[in-house]
Amino acid sequence: MSALPVTTAAMAATRDGYGNALIKLGSTDPNVVVLDAGVSDSTRTNKFAEKYPERFFNMGISEGDMVCTAAGMAKCGKTAFATSFICFLLGRSMDQILVSVAYSDSNVKIIGTHAGVAIGEDGPTAQAIGDVSYMRAVPNFIVICPADAVEAEKAIIAIAQRKGPAYVRLGRGNVRTIYDDSYKFEIGKASVVAEGNDAAIIASGIMVQESLAASEVLKKEEINVRVVNMSTIKPIDRQAIISAAETGTIITAEDHNIYGGLGSAVAEVISEEELGVKFGRIGVKDQFAESDSQKVLFRKYGMDADAIASAVRTLKN
Amino acid sequence: MADAATIAKLKEKARQLRIESVKLVYQAGSGHPGGSLSAADIMAALFYHAMRYDPKRPDWPDRDRFILSKGHCTPLLYSVFADVGYFPREELKTYRRLGRLTGHPNPKLPGVEIATGSLGQGLSVGHGMALAGKLDKKDYYVYVLLGDGELNEGQVWEAAMSAAQYKSDHLIAIIDNNKVAQDNMTANLKNVEPVDKKFEAFGWHAIRIDGHNMAAVIDALAAAKNVRGKPVVIVADTIKGKGVSYMEGKPDWHGKAPNDEQFKKALEELERGL
Repeated sequence: MSALPVTTAAMAATRDGYGNALIKLGSTDPNVVVLDAGVSDSTRTNKFAEKYPERFFNMGISEGDMVCTAAGMAKCGKTAFATSFICFLLGRSMDQILVSVAYSDSNVKIIGTHAGVAIGEDGPTAQAIGDVSYMRAVPNFIVICPADAVEAEKAIIAIAQRKGPAYVRLGRGNVRTIYDDSYKFEIGKASVVAEGNDAAIIASGIMVQESLAASEVLKKEEINVRVVNMSTIKPIDRQAIISAAETGTIITAEDHNIYGGLGSAVAEVISEEELGVKFGRIGVKDQFAESDSQKVLFRKYGMDADAIASAVRTLKN
Repeated sequence: MADAATIAKLKEKARQLRIESVKLVYQAGSGHPGGSLSAADIMAALFYHAMRYDPKRPDWPDRDRFILSKGHCTPLLYSVFADVGYFPREELKTYRRLGRLTGHPNPKLPGVEIATGSLGQGLSVGHGMALAGKLDKKDYYVYVLLGDGELNEGQVWEAAMSAAQYKSDHLIAIIDNNKVAQDNMTANLKNVEPVDKKFEAFGWHAIRIDGHNMAAVIDALAAAKNVRGKPVVIVADTIKGKGVSYMEGKPDWHGKAPNDEQFKKALEELERGL
């Protein structure tokens, strides 16, 4: 695990970290190509498109075609980023991802934006809550869900440098910037973003921000909670979970169905390693949400900092 | 125009490929004979005449690419690959058994560019290869062999729109239009006819031929390479199970192996020639 990061008050969206990373990759790696399914302004691939138009391919609203086109390019030596909203990108192209990317070992990066109920007002058809579960079950894929824009940018650069399939789950809204530029992202390594030994929250994506807020509330009650950013969900950092178990209590937090995602992945390690901790999961409780702001939805569906804090209090007692 | 000697040579190759295909399905006790027999003439023309490739250098960047989008027809594909030297003929014994000769192609086998077997993906993949070739200023062609039943997959038409949009003229789709799918005649499912007109409406250059007329197949492939500014589709009208009388035009022979007696009869007919 890397050292405690610097906390700042700045806000940025992880999708912007992606856009920034692509600009950098465009100048350093001539083999990088970017594909989008007609939503490049929302996914932030439009910046790459402006700067490197000959290496940008807007395939229109046809995610399966886009993923396979990316696979064909990858088989001719390209590092291909295939991008869209998670709901449609995975919903429309799981078979293509399985056959043309994963089984074929194509150097395709599946980049989904607009994760979870956090996207809010567009409602359940646009709220991706099962994607981590699907992608964890695809052999040959790594699954990354960055916590802030800095980590997103570094994660994108890291997967570009590692040949093979990868899935990165990004968010729409601004989240608290946790890391500064000195942060070293490493695939498969969790990082502790708040120290504490009374309980541990293992979180990913936007829920790292919520978990940090929960830890700040609990600190006033003299409950010192460790917050672990498990940004690589597959392969998962088993050692970070074993260490977290020393606190006696583990709670997972994800903007995703509690079935099949981070919570399930951590539970697998807890049982396989016989860690014997108190355990709870914060996330979408196997239901469809509705339309409203992220704040309202997180409150109603028990996913905000207050919900996490009260889960910690309950489990500890 | 192809000369008579070339046509005769390719027809003989096609006959041998049909024999080998039926042998493989019989030996494995499972597999897809019907669509292998219908596409044998097309495959002979591609791999023994039209395509630029070198089995000793499967990763040669300038090679023409071939994608078997109708991925179930591995009896035919592996018969070709063993014959041209992508792998030792001896290895055919492992067809559909542990090893590289999986029921549907996987890229661990030299010559296989991408995994197929889930229908509808190959044209998009081929288009990606054509786009990469254009970026890299290469002159290779990408050939994608599809079945007519496969055209019911919506993604084929997504790819058709994409390739026309990008004017991908080094992408050549070949439809093995054998009129038969797994459980029915394609006309009774989503009827794709008129296939050539549909592709033309999507912005493609279409050529329609008798897919068992070797001279026509050769000429169509040559003409396809000369089209500029548009992707090209060759609609090859074929007969499913071609060359084995009891298999011809029968959905039942999409994906099953002949028994001993049927195998003997198939070989007799194929040895005799078409």
